[in-house]
Amino acid sequence: MPGAKQPPKRRPAMQIFRDIGPVRSTVLAVASFCAILATWLLLSQLELVDPVFLPKPHHVLGEIVRQLGTAEYWSHIGISIFRVTAGFLLACFLGIPIGIFAGAFRAGSAVLEPPMEFIRYMPAVAFIPLIMVWVGIGEWAKILLIFIGCFFQMVLMAADITRRVSPDLVHVSFTLGASRWQSVWTVLVPAVRPELLTMMRLMLGWAWTYLVVAELIAVNSGLGYAIMKAQRFLNTDQIFAGIIIIGLLGLFSDRLFAVMHRRFFPWI
Amino acid sequence: MTLAARARTSAAEPLISISGLGKVYRTKKTEFVALKNIDLNIASHEFLTLIGPSGCGKSTLLRIIAGLEEATEGTVLVDGEPVAGPGADRGMVFQSYTLFPWLTVRQNIEYGLKLKGVPVLERRRVSDFYLRMIRLERFANAYPKQLSGGMKQRVAIARALANRPKVLLMDEPFGALDAQTKQAMQELLLEVWEKEKTTIVFITHDIEEAVFLSQRICVMGAGPGRIISEHPVPLPEKRGEGTRMLPAFTALKRELAALLKS
Repeated sequence: MPGAKQPPKRRPAMQIFRDIGPVRSTVLAVASFCAILATWLLLSQLELVDPVFLPKPHHVLGEIVRQLGTAEYWSHIGISIFRVTAGFLLACFLGIPIGIFAGAFRAGSAVLEPPMEFIRYMPAVAFIPLIMVWVGIGEWAKILLIFIGCFFQMVLMAADITRRVSPDLVHVSFTLGASRWQSVWTVLVPAVRPELLTMMRLMLGWAWTYLVVAELIAVNSGLGYAIMKAQRFLNTDQIFAGIIIIGLLGLFSDRLFAVMHRRFFPWI
Repeated sequence: MTLAARARTSAAEPLISISGLGKVYRTKKTEFVALKNIDLNIASHEFLTLIGPSGCGKSTLLRIIAGLEEATEGTVLVDGEPVAGPGADRGMVFQSYTLFPWLTVRQNIEYGLKLKGVPVLERRRVSDFYLRMIRLERFANAYPKQLSGGMKQRVAIARALANRPKVLLMDEPFGALDAQTKQAMQELLLEVWEKEKTTIVFITHDIEEAVFLSQRICVMGAGPGRIISEHPVPLPEKRGEGTRMLPAFTALKRELAALLKS
């Protein structure tokens, strides 16, 4: 109808890449957790699923509180954190410099990357029997498994991050008088730091996964062991409690990385 | 004596001397001649602009002078010394923004001095001097992300100059800026050039920019990249707002436009 006022079209609520603000984003995140919890409640309260398979949320919560009240559980948490940190840091200290080297120099990349690509596809878990032969079943076995799981990925990812640095930045440092190694140290290393931290954040998640695998075999301590032990007695409450505690530890370390990112790199 | 005349009289002792320069990119099957038979002398304190269509090898030529690429033929002498790689005596400003984003404006300017091991106080004195020259004193402690495009390029120029290079190589430094910012940058650059008595080799494909800035313009052609013609710029040494209205300015602009079209 010409001349008639059309009612303004409503914009769709979801726009690609459009920011929605901190309030709405928090509300949605909380809602998402609530939905998971509600589904769980519904399934368990109505006993649609056998409680042995799916325990009730408040039982699990009770179990978490009970377990956290015992010194034994805290020592499990402590030893698990120790193993993850040791394996992960070892992988970082070796993997990141090697990765930056391989990313900076084509020769380094040619020597290092093909074997790493090859090894990376071997499942770290398959190394467990070998690791037991090499270092036995002590602490080193767990640390080594986490190391193997993280190290090769880290080298390749660090190399890739390094290669993405703008060559113009390196060139400009040369025209300002930097030598090759000075350029690595004053351009490449600072330039890759933020992305390296993001990569470490990602890999830490993997480290926790490998930890649990490592602790399922021939151990008598750690969160993975606690979960295994609970399974033997069909104590699903406790299994759930263990999994959720690992999840919370992961969430905590993830937040820690996010805070570090903001603190260390105000220039981004 | 005008600067152009001074440049000509000192041509006997050029700061940069390029002779028989060629650059060929070879792959297994093809050969691409990027530059062929380039002969060029650049005097001390000259402002020389290389202008030409894309693909004429002007950037390659600049990068060879900088030492970032190697020529396949011929030589480049800077102050009598053959170029054997990049060095602090040839500062460069790129078209893309190349400030180190993790350093503040001041730290960016001091980067080269720090590499040389210049003590903190001396570094600070130099960066203060150049911050004033580019009129960004207030932004000394800002990070590059807080600066506009024009401000970033001003810092890039200051960073190169803080090293006191013999020559400043500029590869379309104002190419990404809007028209107004570009004019302001051109005026600032001339001011800096006057004060610093530095030598500048400038690349652009903007004819007006070339005429406004330079004392001498070399027109380059593609396929293979070569210098077609040289034009001294017959304008007064002191350039300003009125310069663009002068008949000599428009005449040279027209002449160059015709050359580049053919």
